[in-house]
Amino acid sequence: MITSRDKTTFLNRQSFLELDARGRAAALFDQGTSRELVGPFDRVESPWLAIQDVTPQEDDGCVVMKGKIAGKAAVVVALEGAFQGGSMGEVSGEKMTAALDLACADSENGQPTSAVILLETGGVRLQEANLGLAAVAEVMASILTLRKHAPVICVTAGTVGCFGGMSLAAGLSSYIVLTREARLGLNGPEVIEQENGIDEWDSSNRALVFAINGGEQRYAMGLADALVEDDTPQIADAVRGFIAKGLPHVHRSSQVELYRSRIGALDTSRQWDPNELRRAWGTSASEEDKR
Amino acid sequence: MEQIEFDYPAKRRVSQRAHVGVVGSGELEVLLEPTEGERSHVFIRTSVHGFGETWKAVLDRFFSKYDGIVRIQINDAGGTPGSVMLRLEQAVEVSEQ
Amino acid sequence: MSTFTGVRGTVWFRAFTGQDNPMPGDPKSVLAADAPLGTDNARFLCIVPDQHARFPCARNGQVGLEEAYTLATRVREAIELDKNATKRPIIAIVDVKSQAYGRREETAAIFLAAAAAADAYGTARLAGHPVIALVVGHAISGGFLTHGYQANRILAFDDDGVMIHAMHKEAAARITRRTVEELDELGKTIAPLSYDIKDYAKLGLLHKLLHVENPAKPSAHEVLAVKNELIAAIADARSKPVDLSNRRESAEAFKTRKASILVRAKLEEQWRET
Repeated sequence: MITSRDKTTFLNRQSFLELDARGRAAALFDQGTSRELVGPFDRVESPWLAIQDVTPQEDDGCVVMKGKIAGKAAVVVALEGAFQGGSMGEVSGEKMTAALDLACADSENGQPTSAVILLETGGVRLQEANLGLAAVAEVMASILTLRKHAPVICVTAGTVGCFGGMSLAAGLSSYIVLTREARLGLNGPEVIEQENGIDEWDSSNRALVFAINGGEQRYAMGLADALVEDDTPQIADAVRGFIAKGLPHVHRSSQVELYRSRIGALDTSRQWDPNELRRAWGTSASEEDKR
Repeated sequence: MEQIEFDYPAKRRVSQRAHVGVVGSGELEVLLEPTEGERSHVFIRTSVHGFGETWKAVLDRFFSKYDGIVRIQINDAGGTPGSVMLRLEQAVEVSEQ
Repeated sequence: MSTFTGVRGTVWFRAFTGQDNPMPGDPKSVLAADAPLGTDNARFLCIVPDQHARFPCARNGQVGLEEAYTLATRVREAIELDKNATKRPIIAIVDVKSQAYGRREETAAIFLAAAAAADAYGTARLAGHPVIALVVGHAISGGFLTHGYQANRILAFDDDGVMIHAMHKEAAARITRRTVEELDELGKTIAPLSYDIKDYAKLGLLHKLLHVENPAKPSAHEVLAVKNELIAAIADARSKPVDLSNRRESAEAFKTRKASILVRAKLEEQWRET
């Protein structure tokens, strides 16, 4: 039953999903402290799209903003999911990598600068193939250097979600913030069906992808650090909290023994109900999860 | 890409630039900037070829009401005349805030 | 011939280490051994097909959950062993069909497994281990991101059987709504799209393209020559910064990655303005 208070809360919520990349990035900063770098008027677009009759975007689908979050220096890099599926091209990839590198340089020079990466992306932009793939590898390398000094916070809210090579970037992050509408995984339903058949994954089954890759499932498995509503103040709060918290004791992607043993314990002779992994891996499952 | 250019007489100095829109499928982005002289210039790049007349009709209508001296760049991936006009009007609104 | 065969990895692993075994307790799909390389003792790692792998979608040279966590384990072991010693080179011999595409993989978070392996390789590089990727066959997409793409230096053979790309041709054609012939045509003038390793070399990411008559059957002389190239790449890596800046500062990058160079310069300039 929906109470009138639920209805009011619902109507008053400020949807993060309805914002474009620029709006989402801006919403995370302390009031009046942010400015965009290399925006549309700098006109650094992809050199590879127009020649393939694909309309470029002047910011190449990547927004970089610098300012303060929770009073601390921070950079936000947001991928625009509505442009080419948020895919990584040469320019959008380099904007992200260079922003992370600059945050790292400042951190090494006495001003710890966190990074927040808003990942709505299908992965590599196929129209730029090898430069997109290389860009993903370079972003990953830069996350590894920055996260020694300051947290890298990944936010995926939907509707595109975070798939493909960029899911590895999410995996390297210090903290992951997801909504229920978000999905996080390496391979999407269609490509799994294509590679290994409809019994492996029926891509027409929309519930399946949320049951396996959805924000709630990932959070319940202990693979994300916050599950938030589609509400801009709530998401900004979650980000602020992690920036204030600082670096985790150990990054999830470095907990190799833990995850290797979990994989070793799985019965691979059958598919699993995702709830089985919630029980086996979830935050109540083991002391080693305390971070 | 098809590239289309237009020129219109213009009178009023504009102080602020504006950017609106995202180049999604069926969408466009508009970059509007103040410029010098007495004419406004429009540069369109579109992946949907052969609609020069439609673009002219929309822009003729837009500039019949708008007299700012501007350079407008449009990156288009199949916007309808309605969405083109909407984005142009939004750009004007942002530039006059 | 660009079909994946999955034999080259074993051939070269055996050529460098004298054997083709996993380490004790590891799955058969991950060959790992320490062997002399020049004056170093290097750790060699290679993903190979294993028809009896526990995960059905990871039996043909794909990088799956077990492969990724095993790589991560063996790389981190090398980091730990060399904590107070010379940082041994880590050589990733790469011939991977792709990442593993399966429901079990997604459910058990292969994105994190892949990240864990890349984390280990990258952490090794940052700690001062020279990490070298030798692409002897295929290096595709998530498979390469997991095993090889965090290397200081990437070397590859210049033959038809070597392919570095974001997606196999047929799938890429389907998704971008083109024919395979159209993709081939585009690849001739748009270097990042090409499936030809000689065009990949134009992107500035590759340290060196090596010639071997038949990479599936190298002569003893050729193996020695390739070892010397690895040794030279190791020395080069040790003498330069441990980040991946070499990929944007090569002669080829100045030609094909102008936009990367420009956007980085603009970002640096605007970052410093108040």
